[in-house]
Amino acid sequence: MAKGVFIVAEQRDGALRKVSFELASAARKLADSLGEEVGAILCGSGVEAMAAELGKYGVDKVFVADNAALEPYTTGAHATAVAAVVKENDPSILLVGASAQGKDLAAALVGKLATGCATDCTDVKIDGGKLVAIRPMYAGKCFGEVLVSGTPQMASLRPNVFPIAENAKAGAVTKVDAPVGDGKTKVLEVQKEAAGKIDVAEANIIVSGGRGMKGPEGYGILEELAGVLGAAVGASRAAVDAGWRPQSDQVGQTGKVVSPNLYIACGISGAIQHLAGMSSSKFIVAINKDAEAPIFQKADYGVVDDLFKVVPEMTKEVKKLLA
Amino acid sequence: MMLNDAVVLDVAPFGKEDGVNIVACVKQVPDTEAQIKVKGDGSGIEEGGIKWVMNPYDEFGVEEALKLKEKMGGDVTIVSVGPARAMETIRTALAMGADKGIHIDDPALCEADAYATAEALAAAIKGIPYDIVFCGQRAIDDDSGQIGSILAELLGIPQVTMVTKLEVAGTAAKATRPIEGAQLVIETALPAVITATKGLNEPRYASLPGIMKAKKKPVDVKKAADLGVAGASKSKVAKFVPPPARPPGKIICADDTPEGKAAEVVKLLREEAKVI
Repeated sequence: MAKGVFIVAEQRDGALRKVSFELASAARKLADSLGEEVGAILCGSGVEAMAAELGKYGVDKVFVADNAALEPYTTGAHATAVAAVVKENDPSILLVGASAQGKDLAAALVGKLATGCATDCTDVKIDGGKLVAIRPMYAGKCFGEVLVSGTPQMASLRPNVFPIAENAKAGAVTKVDAPVGDGKTKVLEVQKEAAGKIDVAEANIIVSGGRGMKGPEGYGILEELAGVLGAAVGASRAAVDAGWRPQSDQVGQTGKVVSPNLYIACGISGAIQHLAGMSSSKFIVAINKDAEAPIFQKADYGVVDDLFKVVPEMTKEVKKLLA
Repeated sequence: MMLNDAVVLDVAPFGKEDGVNIVACVKQVPDTEAQIKVKGDGSGIEEGGIKWVMNPYDEFGVEEALKLKEKMGGDVTIVSVGPARAMETIRTALAMGADKGIHIDDPALCEADAYATAEALAAAIKGIPYDIVFCGQRAIDDDSGQIGSILAELLGIPQVTMVTKLEVAGTAAKATRPIEGAQLVIETALPAVITATKGLNEPRYASLPGIMKAKKKPVDVKKAADLGVAGASKSKVAKFVPPPARPPGKIICADDTPEGKAAEVVKLLREEAKVI
Protein backbone atom coordinates (compact mmCIF):
# COMPACT_ATOMS: atom_id res chain seq x y z
CA MET A 1 0.00 0.00 0.00
CA ALA A 2 1.49 3.25 -1.14
CA LYS A 3 2.31 5.56 1.73
CA GLY A 4 3.97 8.92 2.28
CA VAL A 5 4.00 12.30 0.61
CA PHE A 6 7.11 12.83 -1.51
CA ILE A 7 8.46 15.90 -3.20
CA VAL A 8 11.14 16.36 -5.83
CA ALA A 9 13.41 19.09 -4.48
CA GLU A 10 14.77 21.39 -7.17
CA GLN A 11 18.29 22.79 -7.02
CA ARG A 12 20.35 24.85 -9.37
CA ASP A 13 23.84 26.36 -9.18
CA GLY A 14 24.58 24.95 -5.76
CA ALA A 15 21.40 25.97 -3.94
CA LEU A 16 17.88 24.70 -3.43
CA ARG A 17 15.33 26.75 -5.34
CA LYS A 18 12.54 28.49 -3.43
CA VAL A 19 9.92 26.20 -4.94
CA SER A 20 11.52 23.30 -3.05
CA PHE A 21 10.55 24.89 0.29
CA GLU A 22 7.05 25.62 -1.02
CA LEU A 23 6.74 21.95 -1.98
CA ALA A 24 8.05 20.78 1.40
CA SER A 25 5.62 23.03 3.28
CA ALA A 26 2.64 21.92 1.18
CA ALA A 27 3.67 18.27 1.50
CA ARG A 28 3.93 18.61 5.30
CA LYS A 29 0.32 19.78 5.49
CA LEU A 30 -0.91 16.91 3.34
CA ALA A 31 1.17 14.37 5.25
CA ASP A 32 -0.10 15.63 8.60
CA SER A 33 -3.71 15.21 7.56
CA LEU A 34 -2.89 11.67 6.37
CA GLY A 35 -0.72 10.87 9.39
CA GLU A 36 2.17 10.04 7.05
CA GLU A 37 5.76 11.10 6.46
CA VAL A 38 7.28 13.57 4.02
CA GLY A 39 10.08 12.34 1.81
CA ALA A 40 12.16 14.47 -0.53
CA ILE A 41 14.13 13.34 -3.55
CA LEU A 42 17.17 15.46 -4.36
CA CYS A 43 19.19 14.82 -7.51
CA GLY A 44 22.41 16.40 -8.68
CA SER A 45 26.14 16.32 -8.20
CA GLY A 46 27.65 17.39 -4.89
CA VAL A 47 24.21 18.22 -3.48
CA GLU A 48 24.28 16.29 -0.22
CA ALA A 49 25.03 19.40 1.83
CA MET A 50 21.76 20.97 0.67
CA ALA A 51 19.67 18.08 1.94
CA ALA A 52 19.70 19.10 5.61
CA GLU A 53 17.94 22.39 4.86
CA LEU A 54 14.84 20.53 3.73
CA GLY A 55 14.29 19.22 7.26
CA LYS A 56 13.57 22.77 8.42
CA TYR A 57 10.45 22.85 6.26
CA GLY A 58 8.92 19.59 7.41
CA VAL A 59 10.78 16.90 5.49
CA ASP A 60 11.33 13.67 7.46
CA LYS A 61 13.60 11.88 5.00
CA VAL A 62 15.73 13.06 2.14
CA PHE A 63 16.82 10.64 -0.57
CA VAL A 64 19.91 12.00 -2.27
CA ALA A 65 20.93 10.75 -5.70
CA ASP A 66 24.39 12.19 -6.17
CA ASN A 67 25.93 11.49 -9.52
CA ALA A 68 27.95 13.54 -12.02
CA ALA A 69 25.47 12.47 -14.72
CA LEU A 70 22.71 14.33 -12.83
CA GLU A 71 24.37 17.72 -13.34
CA PRO A 72 23.24 19.75 -15.18
CA TYR A 73 19.61 18.66 -15.30
CA THR A 74 18.50 16.54 -18.21
CA THR A 75 15.04 15.04 -18.51
CA GLY A 76 16.26 11.52 -19.16
CA ALA A 77 18.74 11.29 -16.28
CA HIS A 78 16.56 12.95 -13.65
CA ALA A 79 13.33 11.20 -14.61
CA THR A 80 15.12 7.83 -14.54
CA ALA A 81 16.64 8.51 -11.12
CA VAL A 82 13.48 9.93 -9.56
CA ALA A 83 11.30 7.14 -10.97
CA ALA A 84 13.63 4.56 -9.43
CA VAL A 85 13.45 6.20 -5.98
CA VAL A 86 9.66 6.46 -6.25
CA LYS A 87 9.28 2.81 -7.21
CA GLU A 88 11.53 1.76 -4.34
CA ASN A 89 9.66 3.79 -1.71
CA ASP A 90 6.11 3.69 -3.11
CA PRO A 91 4.74 7.05 -1.89
CA SER A 92 1.02 7.72 -2.29
CA ILE A 93 1.56 11.34 -3.36
CA LEU A 94 4.39 12.95 -5.35
CA LEU A 95 4.64 16.73 -5.62
CA VAL A 96 6.86 18.51 -8.14
CA GLY A 97 7.36 22.23 -8.75
CA ALA A 98 5.60 23.66 -11.81
CA SER A 99 8.82 25.44 -12.75
CA ALA A 100 10.37 25.03 -16.20
CA GLN A 101 12.42 22.08 -14.96
CA GLY A 102 9.71 20.65 -12.71
CA LYS A 103 7.04 20.60 -15.40
CA ASP A 104 9.45 18.90 -17.78
CA LEU A 105 10.33 16.31 -15.14
CA ALA A 106 6.75 15.71 -14.00
CA ALA A 107 5.51 14.89 -17.48
CA ALA A 108 8.34 12.42 -18.10
CA LEU A 109 7.62 10.80 -14.72
CA VAL A 110 3.97 10.36 -15.67
CA GLY A 111 5.21 8.34 -18.64
CA LYS A 112 7.67 6.29 -16.60
CA LEU A 113 5.32 5.63 -13.68
CA ALA A 114 2.14 5.23 -15.76
CA THR A 115 0.13 7.55 -13.56
CA GLY A 116 -1.62 10.91 -13.70
CA CYS A 117 -0.47 14.38 -12.76
CA ALA A 118 -2.43 17.57 -12.13
CA THR A 119 -0.30 20.32 -13.69
CA ASP A 120 0.35 23.77 -12.23
CA CYS A 121 -1.92 23.45 -9.19
CA THR A 122 -2.89 26.44 -7.10
CA ASP A 123 -4.26 24.37 -4.21
CA VAL A 124 -4.01 20.80 -2.93
CA LYS A 125 -5.92 19.09 -0.15
CA ILE A 126 -6.86 15.68 1.17
CA ASP A 127 -10.42 14.47 0.96
CA GLY A 128 -11.32 10.95 2.05
CA GLY A 129 -7.64 9.99 2.15
CA LYS A 130 -7.18 11.04 -1.46
CA LEU A 131 -5.40 13.99 -3.04
CA VAL A 132 -7.66 16.66 -4.53
CA ALA A 133 -5.64 18.98 -6.75
CA ILE A 134 -7.11 22.28 -7.86
CA ARG A 135 -5.73 23.78 -11.02
CA PRO A 136 -6.55 26.47 -13.54
CA MET A 137 -7.57 25.25 -16.98
CA TYR A 138 -8.04 27.27 -20.17
CA ALA A 139 -5.33 29.53 -18.67
CA GLY A 140 -7.59 30.30 -15.72
CA LYS A 141 -10.90 30.76 -17.52
CA CYS A 142 -12.07 27.89 -15.32
CA PHE A 143 -10.66 25.61 -12.63
CA GLY A 144 -10.64 21.83 -12.35
CA GLU A 145 -10.63 19.62 -9.27
CA VAL A 146 -8.46 16.71 -10.27
CA LEU A 147 -8.40 13.21 -8.79
CA VAL A 148 -5.58 10.85 -9.71
CA SER A 149 -6.36 7.14 -9.77
CA GLY A 150 -2.80 6.11 -10.68
CA THR A 151 0.00 5.70 -8.14
CA PRO A 152 1.55 7.89 -7.00
CA GLN A 153 -1.00 10.68 -7.20
CA MET A 154 1.09 13.41 -8.82
CA ALA A 155 0.66 17.17 -8.83
CA SER A 156 2.94 19.98 -9.91
CA LEU A 157 2.54 23.11 -7.80
CA ARG A 158 2.66 26.60 -9.26
CA PRO A 159 5.66 28.51 -7.89
CA ASN A 160 4.97 31.43 -5.56
CA VAL A 161 1.46 30.31 -4.60
CA PHE A 162 2.05 27.92 -1.70
CA PRO A 163 3.29 29.53 1.53
CA ILE A 164 6.59 28.46 3.03
CA ALA A 165 6.26 27.34 6.65
CA GLU A 166 9.10 26.33 8.94
CA ASN A 167 8.38 23.08 10.75
CA ALA A 168 11.54 21.33 11.86
CA LYS A 169 11.71 17.60 11.21
CA ALA A 170 14.60 15.17 11.06
CA GLY A 171 15.45 15.58 7.38
CA ALA A 172 17.43 12.34 7.68
CA VAL A 173 19.61 11.83 4.62
CA THR A 174 19.77 8.54 2.76
CA LYS A 175 22.14 8.30 -0.18
CA VAL A 176 20.72 6.29 -3.03
CA ASP A 177 22.49 4.81 -5.98
CA ALA A 178 19.87 5.56 -8.60
CA PRO A 179 20.17 4.74 -12.31
CA VAL A 180 20.59 7.74 -14.61
CA GLY A 181 19.36 6.50 -17.97
CA ASP A 182 20.96 6.24 -21.36
CA GLY A 183 22.36 9.75 -21.79
CA LYS A 184 20.66 10.30 -25.15
CA THR A 185 20.37 14.01 -24.46
CA LYS A 186 22.99 16.33 -23.09
CA VAL A 187 23.21 20.01 -22.30
CA LEU A 188 25.79 21.60 -24.59
CA GLU A 189 25.50 25.11 -23.29
CA VAL A 190 23.74 27.23 -20.68
CA GLN A 191 23.22 30.76 -21.99
CA LYS A 192 22.46 32.88 -18.95
CA GLU A 193 20.34 35.95 -19.31
CA ALA A 194 21.34 39.27 -17.79
CA ALA A 195 21.98 38.81 -14.08
CA GLY A 196 19.13 39.89 -11.86
CA LYS A 197 16.44 39.39 -14.47
CA ILE A 198 13.39 37.91 -12.76
CA ASP A 199 11.23 35.48 -14.71
CA VAL A 200 7.55 36.46 -14.86
CA ALA A 201 6.57 32.92 -13.86
CA GLU A 202 8.40 33.28 -10.54
CA ALA A 203 7.97 36.96 -9.76
CA ASN A 204 6.17 38.34 -6.71
CA ILE A 205 5.43 41.53 -8.59
CA ILE A 206 5.01 41.97 -12.35
CA VAL A 207 4.93 45.29 -14.17
CA SER A 208 3.45 44.49 -17.54
CA GLY A 209 3.02 46.54 -20.71
CA GLY A 210 0.84 46.19 -23.79
CA ARG A 211 0.11 47.96 -27.02
CA GLY A 212 -0.25 51.22 -25.10
CA MET A 213 3.54 51.30 -24.58
CA LYS A 214 3.68 52.44 -28.25
CA GLY A 215 7.03 50.75 -28.95
CA PRO A 216 9.97 48.93 -27.39
CA GLU A 217 11.45 52.18 -26.03
CA GLY A 218 8.30 52.77 -23.97
CA TYR A 219 9.30 49.87 -21.71
CA GLY A 220 12.11 51.93 -20.20
CA ILE A 221 9.73 53.43 -17.63
CA LEU A 222 8.37 49.97 -16.78
CA GLU A 223 11.91 48.65 -16.28
CA GLU A 224 12.54 51.53 -13.87
CA LEU A 225 9.41 50.88 -11.84
CA ALA A 226 10.16 47.15 -11.86
CA GLY A 227 13.69 47.92 -10.73
CA VAL A 228 12.60 49.74 -7.59
CA LEU A 229 9.92 47.15 -6.81
CA GLY A 230 12.15 44.12 -7.45
CA ALA A 231 9.63 43.10 -10.07
CA ALA A 232 9.69 41.28 -13.39
CA VAL A 233 8.59 43.03 -16.58
CA GLY A 234 5.84 41.26 -18.49
CA ALA A 235 4.17 41.91 -21.81
CA SER A 236 0.91 41.27 -23.63
CA ARG A 237 0.72 39.16 -26.75
CA ALA A 238 0.32 42.29 -28.88
CA ALA A 239 3.64 43.64 -27.58
CA VAL A 240 5.44 40.34 -28.09
CA ASP A 241 3.99 39.81 -31.56
CA ALA A 242 5.10 43.33 -32.49
CA GLY A 243 8.62 42.29 -31.53
CA TRP A 244 8.87 44.81 -28.68
CA ARG A 245 9.53 42.24 -25.97
CA PRO A 246 10.91 38.66 -25.85
CA GLN A 247 8.51 35.72 -25.93
CA SER A 248 9.62 34.63 -22.47
CA ASP A 249 7.95 37.76 -21.03
CA GLN A 250 4.51 37.09 -22.51
CA VAL A 251 1.65 36.74 -20.04
CA GLY A 252 -1.58 35.12 -21.20
CA GLN A 253 -3.12 31.99 -22.63
CA THR A 254 -0.38 31.59 -25.26
CA GLY A 255 2.33 32.74 -22.88
CA LYS A 256 2.82 32.31 -19.17
CA VAL A 257 -0.05 32.02 -16.73
CA VAL A 258 0.96 33.92 -13.60
CA SER A 259 -0.28 34.62 -10.10
CA PRO A 260 1.98 37.18 -8.46
CA ASN A 261 1.07 39.22 -5.38
CA LEU A 262 0.86 42.32 -7.52
CA TYR A 263 0.28 42.74 -11.24
CA ILE A 264 0.55 46.23 -12.67
CA ALA A 265 -0.96 46.33 -16.17
CA CYS A 266 0.14 49.36 -18.17
CA GLY A 267 -1.42 50.15 -21.51
CA ILE A 268 -3.03 46.73 -21.65
CA SER A 269 -6.66 46.81 -22.76
CA GLY A 270 -7.36 43.30 -21.48
CA ALA A 271 -7.98 40.83 -24.29
CA ILE A 272 -9.68 37.76 -22.84
CA GLN A 273 -6.61 35.60 -23.44
CA HIS A 274 -4.50 38.06 -21.45
CA LEU A 275 -7.00 38.39 -18.60
CA ALA A 276 -7.08 34.61 -18.32
CA GLY A 277 -3.34 34.54 -17.80
CA MET A 278 -3.17 37.06 -14.98
CA SER A 279 -6.52 37.25 -13.23
CA SER A 280 -5.40 34.94 -10.40
CA SER A 281 -2.92 37.63 -9.30
CA LYS A 282 -3.57 38.69 -5.72
CA PHE A 283 -3.74 42.43 -6.50
CA ILE A 284 -4.15 44.02 -9.88
CA VAL A 285 -3.49 47.62 -10.82
CA ALA A 286 -4.51 48.82 -14.27
CA ILE A 287 -3.25 52.01 -15.83
CA ASN A 288 -4.90 52.92 -19.11
CA LYS A 289 -6.17 56.03 -20.86
CA ASP A 290 -9.32 54.25 -22.00
CA ALA A 291 -11.80 54.11 -19.12
CA GLU A 292 -13.80 51.45 -21.01
CA ALA A 293 -10.86 49.01 -21.29
CA PRO A 294 -11.89 45.52 -20.05
CA ILE A 295 -8.78 45.34 -17.84
CA PHE A 296 -10.52 47.68 -15.36
CA GLN A 297 -13.08 44.96 -14.62
CA LYS A 298 -10.29 42.82 -13.16
CA ALA A 299 -8.40 45.62 -11.44
CA ASP A 300 -8.44 46.28 -7.70
CA TYR A 301 -7.11 49.75 -8.38
CA GLY A 302 -7.70 51.47 -11.70
CA VAL A 303 -5.94 54.59 -12.90
CA VAL A 304 -7.50 56.21 -15.94
CA ASP A 305 -4.72 58.41 -17.23
CA ASP A 306 -1.65 58.62 -19.42
CA LEU A 307 0.67 55.85 -18.29
CA PHE A 308 3.69 57.78 -19.53
CA LYS A 309 2.92 60.36 -16.86
CA VAL A 310 1.66 58.05 -14.10
CA VAL A 311 4.32 55.32 -14.16
CA PRO A 312 7.38 57.60 -13.65
CA GLU A 313 5.50 59.28 -10.77
CA MET A 314 4.82 55.89 -9.22
CA THR A 315 8.53 55.07 -9.49
CA LYS A 316 9.33 58.27 -7.60
CA GLU A 317 6.72 57.52 -4.93
CA VAL A 318 7.99 53.96 -4.41
CA LYS A 319 11.57 55.23 -4.16
CA LYS A 320 10.47 57.71 -1.48
CA LEU A 321 8.67 54.97 0.37
CA LEU A 322 11.58 52.57 0.32
CA ALA A 323 14.23 55.22 1.02
CA MET B 1 13.20 5.14 -43.31
CA MET B 2 13.79 4.24 -39.71
CA LEU B 3 16.83 5.88 -38.28
CA ASN B 4 17.55 3.01 -35.99
CA ASP B 5 17.96 0.79 -39.03
CA ALA B 6 21.72 0.72 -39.37
CA VAL B 7 21.73 -0.71 -42.88
CA VAL B 8 19.61 2.08 -44.28
CA LEU B 9 21.67 4.59 -42.33
CA ASP B 10 24.82 3.46 -44.08
CA VAL B 11 23.37 4.33 -47.42
CA ALA B 12 21.52 7.48 -46.53
CA PRO B 13 22.25 9.28 -43.29
CA PHE B 14 19.03 11.04 -42.54
CA GLY B 15 17.46 9.86 -45.74
CA LYS B 16 18.70 11.80 -48.72
CA GLU B 17 16.78 9.27 -50.80
CA ASP B 18 13.47 8.88 -49.09
CA GLY B 19 13.82 11.76 -46.66
CA VAL B 20 12.79 12.20 -43.06
CA ASN B 21 9.68 10.65 -41.59
CA ILE B 22 8.09 13.31 -39.48
CA VAL B 23 5.06 13.07 -37.24
CA ALA B 24 3.23 16.11 -35.86
CA CYS B 25 0.55 15.64 -33.22
CA VAL B 26 -2.28 18.17 -33.15
CA LYS B 27 -5.27 18.88 -30.96
CA GLN B 28 -8.37 20.88 -31.69
CA VAL B 29 -9.06 23.44 -28.93
CA PRO B 30 -11.30 26.46 -28.32
CA ASP B 31 -9.93 29.67 -29.81
CA THR B 32 -8.03 31.88 -27.32
CA GLU B 33 -10.77 34.52 -27.51
CA ALA B 34 -13.43 31.99 -26.47
CA GLN B 35 -15.35 32.65 -23.26
CA ILE B 36 -15.33 29.45 -21.24
CA LYS B 37 -18.54 28.67 -19.37
CA VAL B 38 -18.74 25.80 -16.91
CA LYS B 39 -21.82 23.55 -17.18
CA GLY B 40 -24.30 23.88 -14.34
CA ASP B 41 -23.43 20.46 -12.91
CA GLY B 42 -19.67 21.07 -13.13
CA SER B 43 -19.19 18.09 -15.45
CA GLY B 44 -17.44 20.07 -18.17
CA ILE B 45 -17.63 23.24 -20.21
CA GLU B 46 -20.41 24.46 -22.48
CA GLU B 47 -19.28 23.77 -26.04
CA GLY B 48 -22.02 25.72 -27.81
CA GLY B 49 -20.79 28.76 -29.72
CA ILE B 50 -17.10 27.87 -29.35
CA LYS B 51 -14.88 28.43 -32.36
CA TRP B 52 -12.51 25.47 -32.64
CA VAL B 53 -8.97 25.92 -33.89
CA MET B 54 -5.68 24.05 -34.01
CA ASN B 55 -3.88 24.39 -30.68
CA PRO B 56 -1.48 27.33 -31.28
CA TYR B 57 1.52 25.41 -29.90
CA ASP B 58 0.77 22.51 -32.25
CA GLU B 59 0.89 24.97 -35.16
CA PHE B 60 4.53 25.60 -34.29
CA GLY B 61 5.13 21.84 -34.39
CA VAL B 62 3.41 21.44 -37.76
CA GLU B 63 5.34 24.39 -39.20
CA GLU B 64 8.67 22.98 -37.98
CA ALA B 65 7.76 19.61 -39.48
CA LEU B 66 7.02 21.24 -42.84
CA LYS B 67 10.24 23.27 -42.77
CA LEU B 68 12.23 20.12 -42.04
CA LYS B 69 10.52 18.29 -44.88
CA GLU B 70 11.24 21.15 -47.28
CA LYS B 71 14.89 21.08 -46.30
CA MET B 72 15.53 17.34 -46.13
CA GLY B 73 12.74 15.68 -48.05
CA GLY B 74 10.40 13.10 -46.61
CA ASP B 75 6.86 13.26 -45.42
CA VAL B 76 4.76 14.62 -42.61
CA THR B 77 2.03 12.61 -40.91
CA ILE B 78 -0.49 14.41 -38.71
CA VAL B 79 -1.91 12.47 -35.76
CA SER B 80 -4.81 13.66 -33.65
CA VAL B 81 -7.05 12.27 -30.93
CA GLY B 82 -10.45 13.93 -30.93
CA PRO B 83 -14.12 13.75 -31.90
CA ALA B 84 -15.39 14.07 -35.48
CA ARG B 85 -14.81 17.84 -35.53
CA ALA B 86 -11.05 17.28 -34.99
CA MET B 87 -10.93 16.26 -38.67
CA GLU B 88 -11.08 19.99 -39.54
CA THR B 89 -7.85 20.54 -37.65
CA ILE B 90 -6.17 17.60 -39.39
CA ARG B 91 -7.31 19.05 -42.74
CA THR B 92 -5.89 22.42 -41.75
CA ALA B 93 -2.49 20.82 -41.17
CA LEU B 94 -2.77 18.98 -44.48
CA ALA B 95 -3.65 22.27 -46.17
CA MET B 96 -0.51 23.79 -44.67
CA GLY B 97 1.43 21.06 -46.49
CA ALA B 98 1.41 17.85 -44.43
CA ASP B 99 0.99 14.66 -46.44
CA LYS B 100 -1.38 12.40 -44.55
CA GLY B 101 -3.28 12.03 -41.34
CA ILE B 102 -4.36 9.61 -38.66
CA HIS B 103 -7.53 10.55 -36.81
CA ILE B 104 -8.12 8.61 -33.61
CA ASP B 105 -11.82 9.11 -33.02
CA ASP B 106 -13.44 7.03 -30.30
CA PRO B 107 -15.96 7.88 -27.58
CA ALA B 108 -13.76 5.87 -25.20
CA LEU B 109 -11.13 8.59 -25.58
CA CYS B 110 -13.49 11.55 -25.15
CA GLU B 111 -12.44 12.18 -21.59
CA ALA B 112 -9.04 10.56 -21.83
CA ASP B 113 -6.38 12.14 -19.62
CA ALA B 114 -2.83 12.86 -20.75
CA TYR B 115 -1.66 9.28 -20.17
CA ALA B 116 -4.51 7.61 -22.04
CA THR B 117 -4.26 10.11 -24.90
CA ALA B 118 -0.50 9.64 -25.19
CA GLU B 119 -1.01 5.88 -25.15
CA ALA B 120 -3.36 6.13 -28.14
CA LEU B 121 -0.96 8.45 -29.98
CA ALA B 122 1.98 6.15 -29.22
CA ALA B 123 0.09 3.12 -30.54
CA ALA B 124 -0.71 4.95 -33.79
CA ILE B 125 2.84 6.26 -34.22
CA LYS B 126 4.41 2.86 -33.52
CA GLY B 127 2.66 1.64 -36.64
CA ILE B 128 4.43 4.07 -38.97
CA PRO B 129 8.08 4.97 -39.55
CA TYR B 130 9.22 8.05 -37.66
CA ASP B 131 12.48 9.94 -37.21
CA ILE B 132 11.15 12.90 -35.27
CA VAL B 133 7.83 13.59 -33.54
CA PHE B 134 6.54 17.11 -32.89
CA CYS B 135 3.94 18.09 -30.30
CA GLY B 136 2.89 21.46 -28.96
CA GLN B 137 4.41 22.11 -25.52
CA ARG B 138 0.89 22.24 -24.10
CA ALA B 139 -2.68 22.46 -25.31
CA ILE B 140 -4.35 25.72 -24.37
CA ASP B 141 -7.53 23.98 -23.19
CA ASP B 142 -6.47 21.60 -20.41
CA ASP B 143 -3.01 23.22 -20.11
CA SER B 144 -1.63 19.92 -18.93
CA GLY B 145 1.59 20.00 -20.97
CA GLN B 146 2.37 16.30 -20.65
CA ILE B 147 1.51 14.59 -23.92
CA GLY B 148 4.88 14.96 -25.68
CA SER B 149 6.83 13.72 -22.67
CA ILE B 150 4.61 10.71 -21.99
CA LEU B 151 4.67 9.90 -25.69
CA ALA B 152 8.48 9.92 -25.67
CA GLU B 153 8.53 7.56 -22.68
CA LEU B 154 6.03 5.19 -24.30
CA LEU B 155 7.98 5.19 -27.57
CA GLY B 156 11.22 4.74 -25.62
CA ILE B 157 12.90 7.73 -27.25
CA PRO B 158 14.43 10.92 -25.81
CA GLN B 159 12.62 14.23 -25.62
CA VAL B 160 13.30 17.93 -25.51
CA THR B 161 10.40 20.10 -24.38
CA MET B 162 9.60 23.83 -24.87
CA VAL B 163 11.86 24.18 -27.90
CA THR B 164 12.38 27.65 -29.39
CA LYS B 165 15.09 26.72 -31.89
CA LEU B 166 15.90 23.45 -33.63
CA GLU B 167 18.71 22.30 -35.90
CA VAL B 168 18.65 18.77 -37.26
CA ALA B 169 21.91 17.31 -38.52
CA GLY B 170 22.52 13.67 -39.27
CA THR B 171 21.01 11.50 -36.59
CA ALA B 172 21.03 14.16 -33.89
CA ALA B 173 19.36 17.48 -33.24
CA LYS B 174 20.34 20.58 -31.32
CA ALA B 175 17.48 22.31 -29.55
CA THR B 176 17.25 25.49 -27.51
CA ARG B 177 14.80 25.66 -24.63
CA PRO B 178 14.28 28.41 -22.06
CA ILE B 179 14.38 27.88 -18.31
CA GLU B 180 14.05 30.62 -15.69
CA GLY B 181 16.81 33.11 -16.41
CA ALA B 182 18.65 31.06 -19.04
CA GLN B 183 18.50 29.28 -22.36
CA LEU B 184 19.68 25.69 -22.56
CA VAL B 185 21.19 24.32 -25.74
CA ILE B 186 20.49 20.59 -25.69
CA GLU B 187 21.71 17.89 -28.03
CA THR B 188 19.51 14.88 -28.49
CA ALA B 189 19.80 11.65 -30.40
CA LEU B 190 17.05 10.96 -32.94
CA PRO B 191 14.39 9.75 -33.14
CA ALA B 192 13.11 12.08 -30.45
CA VAL B 193 10.00 13.94 -29.40
CA ILE B 194 10.31 17.71 -29.67
CA THR B 195 7.66 19.89 -28.05
CA ALA B 196 7.29 23.25 -29.71
CA THR B 197 6.71 26.62 -28.15
CA LYS B 198 6.35 30.18 -29.32
CA GLY B 199 9.50 31.51 -30.93
CA LEU B 200 10.31 28.33 -32.87
CA ASN B 201 8.88 29.72 -36.12
CA GLU B 202 6.01 31.65 -37.67
CA PRO B 203 3.36 29.14 -38.75
CA ARG B 204 2.24 29.58 -42.35
CA TYR B 205 -1.34 30.03 -43.41
CA ALA B 206 -2.92 27.41 -45.63
CA SER B 207 -3.05 28.57 -49.25
CA LEU B 208 -6.16 28.15 -51.38
CA PRO B 209 -4.51 25.46 -53.57
CA GLY B 210 -3.31 23.88 -50.33
CA ILE B 211 -6.87 23.73 -49.03
CA MET B 212 -8.06 22.14 -52.28
CA LYS B 213 -5.27 19.55 -52.23
CA ALA B 214 -5.86 18.76 -48.57
CA LYS B 215 -9.32 17.42 -49.38
CA LYS B 216 -7.77 14.57 -51.35
CA LYS B 217 -5.00 13.69 -48.93
CA PRO B 218 -5.47 10.39 -47.07
CA VAL B 219 -6.65 10.40 -43.47
CA ASP B 220 -6.84 7.07 -41.68
CA VAL B 221 -9.62 7.02 -39.08
CA LYS B 222 -8.95 4.66 -36.19
CA LYS B 223 -10.84 3.41 -33.17
CA ALA B 224 -9.19 2.70 -29.83
CA ALA B 225 -9.61 -1.03 -30.45
CA ASP B 226 -7.75 -0.76 -33.79
CA LEU B 227 -4.78 0.49 -31.80
CA GLY B 228 -5.16 -1.95 -28.94
CA VAL B 229 -5.78 0.74 -26.35
CA ALA B 230 -8.70 1.08 -23.97
CA GLY B 231 -8.60 4.74 -22.99
CA ALA B 232 -7.80 3.89 -19.38
CA SER B 233 -7.17 7.28 -17.77
CA LYS B 234 -5.02 7.69 -14.68
CA SER B 235 -6.63 10.96 -13.63
CA LYS B 236 -9.83 12.87 -14.16
CA VAL B 237 -11.26 16.31 -13.63
CA ALA B 238 -13.89 15.43 -11.04
CA LYS B 239 -15.40 18.87 -11.13
CA PHE B 240 -15.09 22.02 -13.23
CA VAL B 241 -15.60 25.29 -11.39
CA PRO B 242 -15.70 28.89 -12.58
CA PRO B 243 -12.79 31.08 -11.45
CA PRO B 244 -13.37 32.87 -8.15
CA ALA B 245 -15.05 36.23 -8.74
CA ARG B 246 -12.89 39.26 -8.08
CA PRO B 247 -14.41 41.90 -5.82
CA PRO B 248 -15.12 45.15 -7.68
CA GLY B 249 -12.13 47.46 -7.70
CA LYS B 250 -11.89 51.18 -7.31
CA ILE B 251 -10.92 53.87 -9.75
CA ILE B 252 -8.29 56.18 -8.28
CA CYS B 253 -9.31 59.80 -8.73
CA ALA B 254 -7.17 61.61 -6.14
CA ASP B 255 -6.81 65.21 -7.24
CA ASP B 256 -7.18 64.18 -10.87
CA THR B 257 -3.52 64.75 -11.72
CA PRO B 258 -1.17 61.94 -12.78
CA GLU B 259 1.04 62.81 -9.78
CA GLY B 260 -1.88 62.62 -7.35
CA LYS B 261 -3.13 59.32 -8.76
CA ALA B 262 0.35 57.82 -8.70
CA ALA B 263 0.85 58.83 -5.07
CA GLU B 264 -2.57 57.49 -4.11
CA VAL B 265 -2.15 54.12 -5.79
CA VAL B 266 1.31 53.61 -4.24
CA LYS B 267 -0.12 54.50 -0.84
CA LEU B 268 -2.98 52.01 -1.25
CA LEU B 269 -0.60 49.28 -2.36
CA ARG B 270 1.46 49.89 0.75
CA GLU B 271 -1.23 50.47 3.38
CA GLU B 272 -4.34 48.67 2.15
CA ALA B 273 -3.09 45.89 -0.10
CA LYS B 274 0.23 45.54 1.74
CA VAL B 275 1.96 44.18 -1.33
CA ILE B 276 4.88 46.63 -1.56
